[in-house]
Amino acid sequence: MTVTLEILRQNPETGSKPEYRNYTVEVDKTDRVLDALMDITRTVDGSLGFRRSCAHGVCGSDAMRINGKERLACKTLFQDVVSESETVVRIEPLRHLPVQKDLMVDQSEFFTKFRSVKPYIIPKEEVADGEFIQSQEERELFDEATKCINCAACYSACPILDENPKFLGPAAIVQAARFVRDSRDKGLEARLEELDRPDGIWPCQNKFECTRVCPRDIKITKLINLTKREITKYRESRGETVRDGQSS
Amino acid sequence: MTYEFDAVIVGGGGAGLYAALEASQTAKTAVVSKLYPMRSHTGAAQGGIGAALGNVDRDKPEWHAFDTVKGGDYLVDQEAARILSEDAVRAVYDLENRGLPFSRTPEGRIDQRRFGGHTSNFGEQAVKRSCYAADRTGHMILQTLYQQCIKNNVEFYDEFQVVDVIMDGRTVAGVVAFELKTGELHTFRSKAVLFATGGFGRMFRITSNAHANTGDGPAILARAGIPMEDMEFYQFHPTGIRGMGILITEGVRGEGGILRNRDGERFMERYAPTLLDLAPRDMVSRAIMTEVLEGRGIRGDGKIDDYVYLDATHLGRETVEAKIPDIQDFCKTYLAIDPATASMPVQPTAHYAMGGIPTDIHGRVVDNSGVYDGLYAAGECACVSVHGANRLGTNSLVDLIVFGRRAGQHIADFVKGADAPAVPSDAADAARVRIERIREARSGNGVNPSEIYTGMQSTMMENVGVYRDDERMAQAVSDVQELREAFMRIKPQDSGTDFNAEILGLLELENLLDLSLLTAASAKNRRESRGAHSRRDYPERNDDEWLKHTLARLTDDGQVEIDYKSVDVSIWEPKPRTY
Repeated sequence: MTVTLEILRQNPETGSKPEYRNYTVEVDKTDRVLDALMDITRTVDGSLGFRRSCAHGVCGSDAMRINGKERLACKTLFQDVVSESETVVRIEPLRHLPVQKDLMVDQSEFFTKFRSVKPYIIPKEEVADGEFIQSQEERELFDEATKCINCAACYSACPILDENPKFLGPAAIVQAARFVRDSRDKGLEARLEELDRPDGIWPCQNKFECTRVCPRDIKITKLINLTKREITKYRESRGETVRDGQSS
Repeated sequence: MTYEFDAVIVGGGGAGLYAALEASQTAKTAVVSKLYPMRSHTGAAQGGIGAALGNVDRDKPEWHAFDTVKGGDYLVDQEAARILSEDAVRAVYDLENRGLPFSRTPEGRIDQRRFGGHTSNFGEQAVKRSCYAADRTGHMILQTLYQQCIKNNVEFYDEFQVVDVIMDGRTVAGVVAFELKTGELHTFRSKAVLFATGGFGRMFRITSNAHANTGDGPAILARAGIPMEDMEFYQFHPTGIRGMGILITEGVRGEGGILRNRDGERFMERYAPTLLDLAPRDMVSRAIMTEVLEGRGIRGDGKIDDYVYLDATHLGRETVEAKIPDIQDFCKTYLAIDPATASMPVQPTAHYAMGGIPTDIHGRVVDNSGVYDGLYAAGECACVSVHGANRLGTNSLVDLIVFGRRAGQHIADFVKGADAPAVPSDAADAARVRIERIREARSGNGVNPSEIYTGMQSTMMENVGVYRDDERMAQAVSDVQELREAFMRIKPQDSGTDFNAEILGLLELENLLDLSLLTAASAKNRRESRGAHSRRDYPERNDDEWLKHTLARLTDDGQVEIDYKSVDVSIWEPKPRTY
């Protein structure tokens, strides 16, 4: 079938204004959007900028907005986004991160927030020899959070970041939750400072956009709420209130 | 700019990150990667890490070492295999202690499952040896190691593509890297350099490999005159998604999945009566190709792109969802089927390079004249050799955690006694000239790089694939030589400097072309069948003449010179390989 990719192009180096440029390509309905982008860059316009690597949804390089929704280009088939009557596919870079060129965005801020939640194990105790013992039920508690590939789709979709760019963002909270919920880790206490502050976990208002776009089907909003609950419980057990900037 | 480090690690996958963690204990260390963190292809590995923990079945490292040697059709260096199997146990515990979320047994220990060619008691029966985290073990390794690098403040240079190595005779002095953001070339002066750039499956049309798997490290060292070892041994994984090559883990068969032809027959019964669907990958890929070529593929037309079915429907929805959730997701996304209820259409997919940069058991690069001081390689780009002529499933992850770690430890020690190298002021000139030549505006139409890419992938797939013969391989050598000449006439389109991804893509293509040539020429030269190298015209293994490693050197005038190196068979005597 013939489809038109309407790609938002921009290049800060030349100072050109962002503009949509159309590329008409022949595709099969089961082709990935990434296949068409690769085809354009190899045969039509070598200057088109985008990132890609694994091409099957596990490396997180090619998150972008496809018809207004954050998706991985390699996990989106044309049959998912076009129909008999509508054969135009609009492609734009992620939001909330500065555009470097075309569909490439600067993810420094995203990774800075990721690093801030101490996304590494802080063991409760040293294991002398061999492995920590962890039950299947304990392992299951944080399984969901381990699926994250840091593609930043949720970070782009989150409406809170429109208003408050300092918000920690969904992905970093998922990383924190991954360790908070791991029985081997010291958990919440070690990450309280980053989470329990006005721009930490609290700005989230359950808009569910992150959950809706996550290409790994992580129930992000649920993990955020579970973590909020842990924080509230922790503070209450000490006769304290949470530090969301509103409680007194 | 010029940067100074004790150790530069090229590549941010499993081997690179593990080495960086160890080296940074004493050495000022930088990880230089062409990708953002956690985008490396280690993350795509699914099935598990083989290690004789004995958590589920009785097991011993010695059995693992034997399976590795036999699986590699006796081209494995046996002392290296012994180290691999023993260090695997330590490395798995280390990763677990560093947070890797392994799946668990009912007792809360690291769970283990079956994988192809892994047996107890020297081939008696299949053994549960693969330590796994659902079907995203590689993802978990990559995440865990990157997490640890953050914890230990390892320095990263993201999206810096290394384009050259700086040598002072046989001693390394650093690397030259191209920064995507600015298009500038930078010099990294360093006492030690480790290449951990992964595989180069993108030289083939159907591959499980990422677009980024372009063999940058081996190609750079090959152009520096260092020979590449055993390049003819390239693994085709039996079960890639038809037409796309996306990997369907061997773990599916480890959990009980069965390969079937158009008659519904479990055809592996005829090829490997004991291990059946869990025979080593080279044998299973050949069995599938034989079924297909003899008209028993699903279409039944005998054409090379026909396929067979991988059936997991009898495992039950619960097992599918718990043990192979990502496979279920891939199948739903790309095939619109659910493996719990429908069979998966699969065909062999180019997957893993057994060969690469020759190293010793410390990750030091070696050739027949000895060690290159300060120069290291680990992971898929290296050839220790622990995979010989055919790698067993799970042993890729074992290789990178064992030898990534060992190389890092050796570097930590090495830099203490090494002097800071001298780097000449013109160290980046060769790379600069090469890039300018690629970027040069050519009059007329020039050659479209995509034609070169497609031509290379097609000739390598058709002529240096699962089954080979002299005529086909000669065709591949001459095709690749022509493509290398055509590459000199390409016409790039992006004239910008910032974020010019096109130029990086062309540098990658050039790397693939050089490695394709080495692969095809090494394959043509080896006149026997062994492991993954299967020739119609020489169908038998020939230990008298060919129990030796190939060392293929790229000469300055673009030819390939072949030399050899002996195989360490100090533990087990080579025997015929049956399963």
